[in-house]
Amino acid sequence: MSLTRRNALALGSASFVVTLMPLNAFAAKDETMAVINAFTNGAAVSDGGINLTTPEIAENGNTVPVQFSAPGAKRVMLLADGNPTPGVGTFNFGKLSDASGSTRIRLAGTQEVIAVAEMADGSYAQVAKTVKVTIGGCGG
Amino acid sequence: MAKARVKAPKTAAAGELVTIKTLVNHKMESGRRKDGDGNLIPRKIINAFSATFGGEEVVSAKFEPAISTNPYFQFSFNVPATGDLVMKWTDDDGSTVEQTKTITVA
Repeated sequence: MSLTRRNALALGSASFVVTLMPLNAFAAKDETMAVINAFTNGAAVSDGGINLTTPEIAENGNTVPVQFSAPGAKRVMLLADGNPTPGVGTFNFGKLSDASGSTRIRLAGTQEVIAVAEMADGSYAQVAKTVKVTIGGCGG
Repeated sequence: MAKARVKAPKTAAAGELVTIKTLVNHKMESGRRKDGDGNLIPRKIINAFSATFGGEEVVSAKFEPAISTNPYFQFSFNVPATGDLVMKWTDDDGSTVEQTKTITVA
């Protein structure tokens, strides 16, 4: 087969897609989904219903203040999908609590912080916020 | 091991929402850092926290290595009556730290 201009372009774009593949198959994303599924037992998750406050830009990924409140929630799980392991913490709230909390977390780099809440009626809600991190905080 | 510091109000009105701030001095070794010789430093974190008021659970939490050094946690709850707020932190090595704060309903 002679290499025409059209063939060369097709070949080029095909190899471009192939080189992109490993990026698309970023393991952390799948792992995050798996962790969320384990938390919700595969139930549908709606957006909203949780207030998640994170800084837009965190200079130091070692201590990023995170605040959440999910009125009426029984459990809240925090995830950071760009960390070596996505889990950050799981919080169970008793009847006396107002289902809010704040803590400081480590972020390896710019990424999304996700909060998933199980409401009292058994439904699930989720919210995600992007945090830009200048210096990562996971050592190594 | 670790030393816990807790800031809680001494008195509250019945049903008032009070905020508790807690901080533990702890390295929270993530298990991903390496020492000078390139060996992994084993993980050693506080993996659990719980708070009860008058025997009833207020909040319990499971911490992962992504919680920062000197774990800070703030929570709020409604004080039903005078009682003791008992907070407990559990280390990876099994040791625990407990702190009790009495909140009086005037």
